Amino acid sequence: MRTLHQFHGGVHPPTNKAQSTRTPIAVAPLPSKLVIPFHQHVGNIAKPLVQAGDRVLKGQMIGRPQDGLSSAVHASTSGTVVSIEMDVVAHASGLPDLCAIIVPDGKDEWVPLQGLDYRSASADEVRSALRMAGVVGLGGATFPSDLKLRSGKSKVKTLVLNGAECEPYITCDDMLMRERAAEIIRGAEIMRHVLGAEEVLIGIEDNKPEAIAAMQQAAATSTDHMEVIAVPTLYPGGGAKQLIRVLTGIEVAAGVRSTELGVQCFNVATALSTYRAIQLGEPLLSRIVTVTGNISDAQNFEVLIGTPVNELVALAGVLPDTRHYIMGGPMMGIPLPAATVSVVKATNCIIAASDKLFPPAPPAMPCIRCTRCADVCPAELQPQDLYWFAKAKEFGKAQDYHLFDCIECGACSYVCPSHIPLVQYYRFAKSEIWARENDKKAADIARERHDYRQYRIEREKQEKAEKLAAKEKAALAAKEAQTADGTPAADNAAQQKIQEALALAKQQAAAAKPQNTEQLTPQQQAEIADIEARRARIHEIAQSHVEHPKE
Amino acid sequence: MAAFFSPFISKPDSVAQIMLKVLLALLPGIAMYVWYFGPAILVSLTLASITALATEAAMLKLRNRPVAPFLKDNSALLTGWLLALSIPPLAPWWLVVVGTAFCIAVAKHLYGGLGNNPFNPAMIGYAVLIISFPVQMTHWLTPHGLGTTELTFADQLAYIFSSTLPEGVKLDAITMATPLDNLKTHLHLDEHVSDILNMPIYGRLAGQGSEMVAWGFLLGGAYLLASRIISWHIPAVYLGTLFAIAGVFHLVDPAHYVTPLFHWFSGAAMIGAFFILTDPITSPTTHKGKLVFAAGAGLLTYLIRVYGGFPDGMAFATLLMNICVPLIDTYTQPPVFGKKDGVSGNKEKH
Ligand code: SF4
Ligand code: SF4
Repeated sequence: MRTLHQFHGGVHPPTNKAQSTRTPIAVAPLPSKLVIPFHQHVGNIAKPLVQAGDRVLKGQMIGRPQDGLSSAVHASTSGTVVSIEMDVVAHASGLPDLCAIIVPDGKDEWVPLQGLDYRSASADEVRSALRMAGVVGLGGATFPSDLKLRSGKSKVKTLVLNGAECEPYITCDDMLMRERAAEIIRGAEIMRHVLGAEEVLIGIEDNKPEAIAAMQQAAATSTDHMEVIAVPTLYPGGGAKQLIRVLTGIEVAAGVRSTELGVQCFNVATALSTYRAIQLGEPLLSRIVTVTGNISDAQNFEVLIGTPVNELVALAGVLPDTRHYIMGGPMMGIPLPAATVSVVKATNCIIAASDKLFPPAPPAMPCIRCTRCADVCPAELQPQDLYWFAKAKEFGKAQDYHLFDCIECGACSYVCPSHIPLVQYYRFAKSEIWARENDKKAADIARERHDYRQYRIEREKQEKAEKLAAKEKAALAAKEAQTADGTPAADNAAQQKIQEALALAKQQAAAAKPQNTEQLTPQQQAEIADIEARRARIHEIAQSHVEHPKE
Repeated sequence: MAAFFSPFISKPDSVAQIMLKVLLALLPGIAMYVWYFGPAILVSLTLASITALATEAAMLKLRNRPVAPFLKDNSALLTGWLLALSIPPLAPWWLVVVGTAFCIAVAKHLYGGLGNNPFNPAMIGYAVLIISFPVQMTHWLTPHGLGTTELTFADQLAYIFSSTLPEGVKLDAITMATPLDNLKTHLHLDEHVSDILNMPIYGRLAGQGSEMVAWGFLLGGAYLLASRIISWHIPAVYLGTLFAIAGVFHLVDPAHYVTPLFHWFSGAAMIGAFFILTDPITSPTTHKGKLVFAAGAGLLTYLIRVYGGFPDGMAFATLLMNICVPLIDTYTQPPVFGKKDGVSGNKEKH
């Protein structure tokens, strides 16, 4: 028996998973249209390959990955591209993004598929195939999987498969493991092979006995070293860092890649997509989505990417007093900007929210420093201090107190007896800091230019004066001795002074540089873009969030 | 649209509920108080409650804050109760009113209200009263069965509100110095501890009656610990420190230094350990910080009791340690996830 480790804190919100696990995964029928965003992953938007009027086949690539951090996008069924347009998408920013609108022809006609024998192929070939198949992390992070299948300087020893699914309400991984365990295990074998890992540890929270049994059975058929491990049910135990900690004892600090510590972690659904992409050559066209909440028949569906959320929830019987939709779970999910947005690769769950199910939080009270938040914080931060600094806009202090180690799990907000929207404050502070960093970079350049200009003006003045003086002197000398002499050395001296001024300006700029935002991982860099997009909205909320609202 | 963002759920808990549980936890101690000293304490608790709520409402209005949610948070009530429990029950009515009003208006609201006050408001109130009205602050009731006469509840009321005693009753006959005060006086007269403790005002561990009140607070404290309103850090380390220092002195010179248990069960040690030092707003937030804070308070309590000018040191020890809280917090920040020494995977991060 493997000894499990613990992570600090955690909470036990009501799981609400039973509702959606009563029936097997249903296949959602073809929707009336598909709205497929070109940007469904962390990184650069995929470059559109189709135009309005084009006929596309199921599995045809419609967006090509651009540059390193990117992934492909495909048509989820055959049909006609009616337009390429900006549409509201399922993203925290609520901002429109470029989408392909496809009207299905009902034939579901595939492009020819070609699998890959991963054992004989090179690791690069496998990675490239995954990239072209649009396989990204399906736990919600949507980081391109090909990039995560690259070990760093140190060798990856352990592949962790994440089937913990700690968020309340969400059951898509649970059902997937119950019904398609074999394909997940085949996918894990491919991942292990590419990484050259010694062992595969599959972590599943102990509130999913059926999934654990199914996975154990499937894992037994593998020749790889695989272990299915029941981990204690504790939110956010399904966070990659937390699961790695529980299974291996290793703590992956913020800004450190887990591969540097010999571990890599994938979601179980990503393993399944990897299997289909490599073995069958099938790109990522659908995913399992839990439809639950204010719904008469909550259940899981296999849904084509691009299916409008309103068509999906109608299948499960959405109740009339539904006011919003949440994508993801109630702890970390995002409110959907509209019911018309489409299911994307990140959509693991749609929760229909009514005021009865999710009553608005009572007005926030001041922080009483009770440290319930610190007691539950899995990142071992002092959320009450971070809140204080964020509120006072003391962003430097917030960084000193490890703001960027916050994983935004929401455990602190969940327990706060003063009902302070803590995570919202951290998002606000982070986005402000990114914005200031960007401003500062621009300012640095401007200042360098300004310093140089000031210097040039000074120098010209000085030169003029010197020339004048020299002239006078020369005139004087000429007058006296009837001889004159030029001084070409002055130019050299001036050059040197410019260099010195520039060096000084640089030094000052370096001294004023805030900590913690250099040396970003690609993921963080990608997050900056996301956060930037959310910034305006959050700013508004944080500003309008009055701590003591007038009655 | 109302702001709508994650997490969308929250634990059913509130500041009001927490404060209510603390108020409930005070009840066993109050019951003991009434049993041994009569119902006068209920009068001061009522006066303090009314004053606390009225002052809170007035200050909220003045500061332009919504009144209802804050009035309902029970924090003002708690301050009032803690103050009432630390001043003599027979004190004139205006002493309670002035003290409570000062706690709420100055020590709490002038520092920014709930969550922002650096000092424990009740202890500020106590300090102001003991410095401004030292005489009135010594009218402690004699427990049942010790005095030559006993006041009826009506007599107590009459004294509290009009300072009149029944015909022929002297104030000395119904009040006495606290055990800590008495002990100090007699030690100054060079008497031995063993002789002093033979006086009738002493019970098994400390003062007759008052030791039972301390047991009541201990019981309430156990409830707070069990319901996770407070953590063990502050009470355990505070009482532990007090015990250790008192123990050393007692072992070395038992004739002049009372037992550690005497210190535990006298004065405000018990109520302080569980109800006053544990006030989250005025105590450190880090675990290590709580240990430092409590140890400091324990040490100061002992030093003030034994060497200081006041019989009890709890209030001043609390206030002195309150000053240090920001510093303690700054220097006791724990390492965060992934940045600890000795956890595999953190080798290159120091
Ligand atoms: S839980 Fe809320 S009230 Fe308590 S310390 Fe944290 S932020 Fe403050
Ligand atoms: S949201 Fe951030 S600060 Fe709050 S508990 Fe999670 S990691 Fe800690």
